[in-house]
Order: sequence, then C-alpha cells, then structure tokens
Amino acid sequence: MSKRAIVILTAIAAISIFAVAGFLYDRDRTATPSPAQVQTPVQPPSQIVRPQPQAQPQPQASVIAPASGPFVRAHSPVMGPPNAKVTIAEFFDPACESCRAFYPIVKQIMAAFPNDVRLVIRYTPLHKGSDEAVRILEAARLQNRFEPVIETLLAMQPNWASHGAPNLEKAWQAAAIAGLDLARARVDAAKPEITEILRQDLADFKTVNGRGTPTFFVNEKPLPSFGAQQLYDMVRDEIIRVSGTK
Amino acid sequence: MAVKEIRGSRTWLLLLLAWAVALISTLGALFIGEIMGQAPCVLCWFQRAFMFPLAIVLGIAALRSDADIWRYALPLSLAGGLIAAYHTLQYFEIIPAPIVQCGVGPSCGGAGMTILGGVPLPLLALGSFAAIALLLLLLRKRVQS
Repeated sequence: MSKRAIVILTAIAAISIFAVAGFLYDRDRTATPSPAQVQTPVQPPSQIVRPQPQAQPQPQASVIAPASGPFVRAHSPVMGPPNAKVTIAEFFDPACESCRAFYPIVKQIMAAFPNDVRLVIRYTPLHKGSDEAVRILEAARLQNRFEPVIETLLAMQPNWASHGAPNLEKAWQAAAIAGLDLARARVDAAKPEITEILRQDLADFKTVNGRGTPTFFVNEKPLPSFGAQQLYDMVRDEIIRVSGTK
Repeated sequence: MAVKEIRGSRTWLLLLLAWAVALISTLGALFIGEIMGQAPCVLCWFQRAFMFPLAIVLGIAALRSDADIWRYALPLSLAGGLIAAYHTLQYFEIIPAPIVQCGVGPSCGGAGMTILGGVPLPLLALGSFAAIALLLLLLRKRVQS
C-alpha cells in the first residue's frame, strides 16, 4: 500500500470512529442520564432574563425587616464591627472553591483594618446542594455559631461539595463538629424565613449584575477586576476616602 | 520548489505515528468538548490552539513525505507541551492556580479535568505533545544524517 493511501485511509478511519463513537455516546446518554449531564456547568446568571425592577415583588414586611438595598439587606449576616465605615458585600456560595480560597484573604483584610471594615455575606448558592449548606449556616446563626460553622464548612468543603454529587449529610456532620445542635438546627433550617432570604439574595445578585461567586462590592462599588490585591486596594482606598471627607 | 522527501519507510513511519497522536488528541478533545459537553477551560483552549494545527500539517507532511516538517511542527508541539506542563503542575497543585470566580467559565482544575475514571486531561495532553515532539526529534535526526 502506498504511503498516500495509508494517510488517506487513516484519516477516513479516524473520522469514522469519531462519528460512530459520537453516535453511540449520544444514544447511550439519552437512554440513561450520565454524570456528564449532571456536571454541565452552572448557567451564567447573566443569561437568565433579568426581572424588571418594577415586576420584582418587595419582600413581605412581615417576614423580613425593611431592606436597605441590593448590596446589603437587614437579614444578612455581618462580621466585624457593625458600624464600620467600609462595607464589603460578598456574594458567597458555601460550595464554591473560590469562596473557600478567598475566605482567609477577606479575614486578613479585616484584620488589617480591625475598626473600619465589616463583611456582609450575601448567599449565592449557584452550585447543586449549596442552598442546603446556606440553610445550615442560617440555622447556625440562630444558635450563635455562624462563624465556627462557616469556617468548618469551608475547611471540609472538599468532602461534601463535589459538584457532580454533593453530600450534604457530611456538611451537617461537619457543622456538628463545629458545635451545632443538629436536632434544633434541622428544624430551624426548614423555616420559610430562610427560603425568603435565599430568594432575596439571589434576586439581588441579578440586580447587581453578579456573574460568579465570590462577587465583591466595597461600599456598593464593584472591584475594577477580580482578585485579592484588587479587593485589598479598594478597601484601603475607600477607608482613606471616607476618613478624609469626614 | 520541490519538497525534500523522506527516504526510508521507517523514518516515514515516525511521521505517521506523530500524526496519529495529533489526530487522536484532536478528535479526543473535540469528543470531550462537543459530544460529552465538557466545556474547555482557558488553558485547554491554548493547548487546542497548538494541537489542532498539528493534526493538519503532520497529515499533509505524511502525504508528501516532507522531510522538513519538523521545522514547523516541532515548535508547535513544544509550545503546546509547555502549556500542558503548566496546566499539569496547576492540576496537581504544585504551583498555585489563580483564583477564578465560580460560575464564570469552566474551571481549569477539579474533577471536571479527568476522563476514564480519573485520568487527568492535562497529563494526557502533556503526554501527547511530548510524544509528538519526541517522534519529530527522531525524524530530524534521521533526515539530517
């Protein structure tokens, strides 16, 4: 067989194998859902049609205290001095690796300016199962164990937050290690107030044009670009700016 | 200008093998991306940019028995190999990966970066680029002697 024929036949064979494999894979997939389907990445929220602000129903006053805006809500957990002049709003997903990586960075920034910075956590459960992790956090807040539980959940995140198949029972167990009374917490976690908080936070995430987690706002201003240094610089500049005008 | 032809079928076989590796890698990447629906991350795209042309130019070179092909294909395979090596080091957390937001594009790490029950894709790509580069170096040695 000539070299030319070998090359041409190889090309035809390779493309045929590709086509057949593609056909078989598709047929297989329609028969039984494969993990590949489950793992399809989260829809970027920017593609979701944004609700018109007018069409957005305001939260029921009976459930939630008056809202102060899409960046900070009265229901949101706050870390650091409550009346600090600089507010970092973090749209946060407990199952997101980047939120986990950023947690110590944010803590460091707060430690660098202990009197001037507070962190407001906004729940953005974009991953499968992370809405339940948010419920664990909210239940922990009712028991005054928010900080130890969030830290333990993040530390143990690789154990419970596999994106294909999250195991929330492991998250509950991790929270128990952090001192959560599970029997009480499981009852609290089902409360409709938490459902309302989740709804409001996700609606706000769209309102502020959030794209991924974490998304940071420093005194309601977005970062120039995503990164730890950018967050630090912006917090520092904002402290100087606010202190200067006062 | 006439092509400087490869003499000897064993030398030509090296070229055919290099092309086969590039072809399998290219079609494999397309299979994972388009049929399995696993969107390629940024680093994967850069590796594709170097692997896809290899599947074309090595095929044409095999058709024409072009002895000079290594001059064009070796730089492509080395550049792709460098990116694959960087990606592999990131995958095994030997060098730190930059933090990217979740939900914005696919991550270059994690379980999504494996196939066939846990073989890391960056490592496969590194193997392919290295194999092509090695075959082309052997070819160079033979056509130059």
